[in-house]
Amino acid sequence: MSEPTDLRTPLGRAFGLGSAKEGVQHWWAQRLTAVAMVPLALWFCAGLIAHAGADRAGVFQWLSSPVQAILMVLLLGTGFHHMALGVQVVIEDYIHTEWAKIGALILNRFIAYGLAVAGIFAVMRIALGA
Amino acid sequence: MTPVERPLSPHLQIYKPQLTTILSIAHRACGLALAVGSLFLVWWLVAAASGGGAFEAAQAFWGSWLGLLMLFGWTYALFFHLCNGIRHLAWDTGWGFELKETYASGWTVVGASAVLTVIAFIWGIA
Repeated sequence: MSEPTDLRTPLGRAFGLGSAKEGVQHWWAQRLTAVAMVPLALWFCAGLIAHAGADRAGVFQWLSSPVQAILMVLLLGTGFHHMALGVQVVIEDYIHTEWAKIGALILNRFIAYGLAVAGIFAVMRIALGA
Repeated sequence: MTPVERPLSPHLQIYKPQLTTILSIAHRACGLALAVGSLFLVWWLVAAASGGGAFEAAQAFWGSWLGLLMLFGWTYALFFHLCNGIRHLAWDTGWGFELKETYASGWTVVGASAVLTVIAFIWGIA
């Protein structure tokens, strides 16, 4: 009699979902946002350097361009998503007390999404002429 | 309950630090530093949108020696995380796992991030 080595059904195996039922979703989202951040980060550096000592009017002129405002919103959305995923892994790796870990994971998402929305709202105000 | 005295596998303090291990933890450290930096980016954007002297105060801070030092650190963290992130993406495709390639890509990341940081700062100050 042979021992069963895998209790999952063939369909279950094809879905690639573990006990958390999310499969490679976190891993994939981290990579997807990473790829998007390569051009966005380079654009961001160039943009910041070009406006290093700028006054408020200079920043308004920069971000009132639709393309520049859209890129900044994309950078904030993608960047904070990437950050939330990365910080989550650090929390899961280093915090082993259950309540502290869950609390940190909740705070991580709240802070990341809060900052993203605050940043995007600021860009919208500038782009649409506050 | 008395803990069972099991043999432990060698951990961090047993191994000699190597380029690969240093770059690995530096990637995480730079990522965390950038997470802190993102807070300041939002502050800067909100200050620009708000007006009433908030933006002028922010710009004065970034022009100070402390502000410039922080910007220099974040610039390096960003370029390092960017370059090493590309190295990670290459690994994801299955490329570069041989010892020789891992070291070559590692030193490339060290060099490229340093050069990019210097270029960014020269361009920024000029």
